[in-house]
Amino acid sequence: MIPPPDAIRSILATDCGSTTTKAILIERGPEGYRLVTRGEAPTTVEAPFEDVTRGVLNAVREVEELRGRRLLDGDRILSPQQGDDGVDLYLSTSSAGGGLQMMVSGLVLQMTGESAQRAALGAGAIVMDVIALNDGRRPHEKIRRLRQLRPDMILLSGGTDGGDVRRVTEMAEIIAAADPRARLGAGYELPVIYAGNQDAAALVSEVLSSRTALSVVPNLRPTLERENLKPARDAIHDLFMEHVMAHAPGYKKLMTWSPVPIMPTPGAVGLIIEKVAKRDGMAVVGVDIGGATTDVFSVFRAELGDETVFNRTVSANLGMSYSVSNVMAEAGLANILRWVPFPVDETDLRNRIKNKMIRPTTIPQTLDELIIEQALCREALRLSFEQHKALAVGLKGKQTARDISDTFDQSGSGATLVDLVDLGLLVGSGGVLSHAPRRAQSMLMMIDAFLPEGITELAVDSIFMTPQLGVLSTVHEPAATEVFERDCLVMLGACVAPIGAGKAGQPCVSIELPGTGAPTTRLVPFGELVCLPLPATGRVRVTATPDRHFDLGAGRGKPVSREIRGGCVGLVIDTRGRRPFSLPDDPATRIARLRVWNRALDLYPREM
Amino acid sequence: MGHSYTPGLRVTADTVVRRERRLPLRGEVLASPGQAVGPDHVVARAELPGNVQTLNLASRLGVDPAQVTQALVRPVGSTVRRGEVVAISKAMFGLMKNQAESPADGVIENVSTVTGQLLLREPPIPVEVTAYVRGVVAEVLPGEGVVIESRGALVQGIFGVGGETYGPLVIATASPGDALESAHLRAGHRGAVVVGGRHVSHATVQRARELGVAALIVGGFDDQDLRQLLGRDLGVAITGQESLGITLVLTEGFGHIEMAQRTWQLLQANRGRVASVSGATQIRAGVLRPEVLIPGDGVLGGAAAGEAQSGGSLELGSVVRVIRQPWFGRLGRVIELPSELRPLDTEAMVRVLVVEFADDGTRAMVPRANVERIAG
Repeated sequence: MIPPPDAIRSILATDCGSTTTKAILIERGPEGYRLVTRGEAPTTVEAPFEDVTRGVLNAVREVEELRGRRLLDGDRILSPQQGDDGVDLYLSTSSAGGGLQMMVSGLVLQMTGESAQRAALGAGAIVMDVIALNDGRRPHEKIRRLRQLRPDMILLSGGTDGGDVRRVTEMAEIIAAADPRARLGAGYELPVIYAGNQDAAALVSEVLSSRTALSVVPNLRPTLERENLKPARDAIHDLFMEHVMAHAPGYKKLMTWSPVPIMPTPGAVGLIIEKVAKRDGMAVVGVDIGGATTDVFSVFRAELGDETVFNRTVSANLGMSYSVSNVMAEAGLANILRWVPFPVDETDLRNRIKNKMIRPTTIPQTLDELIIEQALCREALRLSFEQHKALAVGLKGKQTARDISDTFDQSGSGATLVDLVDLGLLVGSGGVLSHAPRRAQSMLMMIDAFLPEGITELAVDSIFMTPQLGVLSTVHEPAATEVFERDCLVMLGACVAPIGAGKAGQPCVSIELPGTGAPTTRLVPFGELVCLPLPATGRVRVTATPDRHFDLGAGRGKPVSREIRGGCVGLVIDTRGRRPFSLPDDPATRIARLRVWNRALDLYPREM
Repeated sequence: MGHSYTPGLRVTADTVVRRERRLPLRGEVLASPGQAVGPDHVVARAELPGNVQTLNLASRLGVDPAQVTQALVRPVGSTVRRGEVVAISKAMFGLMKNQAESPADGVIENVSTVTGQLLLREPPIPVEVTAYVRGVVAEVLPGEGVVIESRGALVQGIFGVGGETYGPLVIATASPGDALESAHLRAGHRGAVVVGGRHVSHATVQRARELGVAALIVGGFDDQDLRQLLGRDLGVAITGQESLGITLVLTEGFGHIEMAQRTWQLLQANRGRVASVSGATQIRAGVLRPEVLIPGDGVLGGAAAGEAQSGGSLELGSVVRVIRQPWFGRLGRVIELPSELRPLDTEAMVRVLVVEFADDGTRAMVPRANVERIAG
């Protein structure tokens, strides 16, 4: 049973990642809830342990040692708190064992296929494939694919309510013919969620209910103009607990330890990002870069109206350890090397990257290794964000009323919702960003990868505890908010980046910041990276006036003024160009420029 | 962390291994408990359901989906040949006739009156599973396969490509520090598992393929050469399904890295014996490493001696190998294990150890995450 919020004095929360299980301990003190310590241990889902609770106990044991108080009673978490022993609430998130892997299916790839994908991603799943009638594959190829992939769950959608039932039934027949098996455990039926044309529900049930564990929920695209993803997302969460988690090693036991259902890690992070966007009333992008996958979350305004739209994507094979070799394969070596301020031998670099992949837990010991790792991070983030922009789009296929102004607007229905000028806050999380030796390194990695435009604030998760706070927010929102604000979110500062390109040295932007007496004004020419100090806390008003060839979101040459939060790195003025952003092609010139920029941000202890 | 944990690979002279040999779907088990088997012995067989072809009868015949069953000339469940007429529709008092032919040999599995689709199942595809390693059938998994138990030497590699194979073990280089060159390979190595030293180039792998070498076991290989071998950049490390005509196992990693002395000596001690090799690697799950299994003459059921696994807890005196730059591949002994965090060249504060290198006695501070313990 979940204790009433007032009765909660201490909270223990774990996140079982694919490699590491992280535990945090939160205690209520005179100034409210605060993070008091954290611990970690290798995750133990795989052989020889095959029991996730071993890793949880090891991580909690480390917290016990560091805090100097008893939290465990043998192999159980002591709860409720008695004196100084135990905690009042224990909860957990998990992405261990590869997380939740799903296949989704719709009729038209760009319409219901895309909506189904958004529903699954938003629930914290990895989408292994999207199968649609128009995906270019013949039915037997779809069947073969369904058989090969062995997903944890399938989401079948298609058709608007009242529409044609034949096509949806055809997709159900394809799934039935494939007779797909669940990934974990052969002894249970594969969960299938039907969230398509409700008129076809009976026919779909007839085809699938004898072969799968079928759940029917309301249509996720009842009309072309409307998406209704929540029922499908809720069903995914329920089935994740009921079927998938219950079959993962040790999870049955873990589920009995907490009164709160175990949440998929990305689902929990998404909750926090949504709450931040709501609280600050601004568009937010969050990124969590892990060893195997990179998740991107965004909250932007809808195409029409004042509503906001939450989107999440997961790039299943972009990450800093297990997937690092795939970052190289997808980005190409030249794109990685463009961020490295010294010459690198290609054979040597390739071998280093592969060695990191086969020994994923190693860390960079030398500065050149750190710089290469951060170059890889930039490309992993950039590629993940590209994928996100392609999926965070308005609804395709709907009829919109157009007037004469739309005729000249190429960004009609189906355009990405990610508007970098509108972006207010960019939040980074994950080892390479949270544990970078200097915070300026995290800030520049994010600026280089996301290329924010106009004025954008940046922050990082101090020690990577957003997942635990996400699940906590479902049962004790004030505690989650207090810890998030005080101990989790580290404000780095803000970035001012004018849109446009020019020649090095040509006037670009003028920045006005309040000083101790009169405001200080700084003129920054094109092609520079400049860092101005900001107070660590509090707010300041920054006014930026672009040259007549450049735009900060209000139009060419028009000034923009915004109140921003202070931060530990400062205000970075990035006049390296946007739309396009480009680095010099000539290696020697590029290296020289990178060195100048790195010095401007005092990025590394010495030059390589 | 509360305890120090390092990754590690097994290199052992005498161990009992059990390998599950499972069919991809239920079938027939062809071996019985206690039966002695060789690596090529077929222990289970099944028939994979054939591919499914679809035929849109409604549109082909120009009829409503609800009427397609009436148009069938071969009922559901019939075996049909490619080109054979399966359904006919007549219109205009029989003057107009449309017919639909089977797109392949197979069995009519289903006809839907909702979509008008006919599903045709092609003939089953036979699949056989071999024992892979010499040993005895320790367990029969009814309808699914067997578990083979074998006793002998085991070397786990760090990375591999190519499927399962077997052959006599041949040592081709003079020392673990020599690179395996084309000149080391001979026609007599056809079907053999050839052990080289620190490195093999793509050209030498090509030569080995031409000669019909079953597998190569070496210390290192360049990623650039791997790209040439596979014809693409390897993104995600899930291997074992490649059809390369050869299996390659790296014992140490990418680049030129001398094969660990213990691994070299173990392979050398087993020269001439038949080794079973698999290149299958899955880094993500952390469960699958390539392997060289060399069944010995030991009696099964007795306690295996010398079971050793690298990895585990680090202590003063532990023999370790550095697994990242700047001392990648060097061996040494742990002489200090400070508990407090220490700064690296990168300015990161991490847990470290001090190692004394075996070759020249010099000392260095290394992050604990960057060493692997190897059995001394």
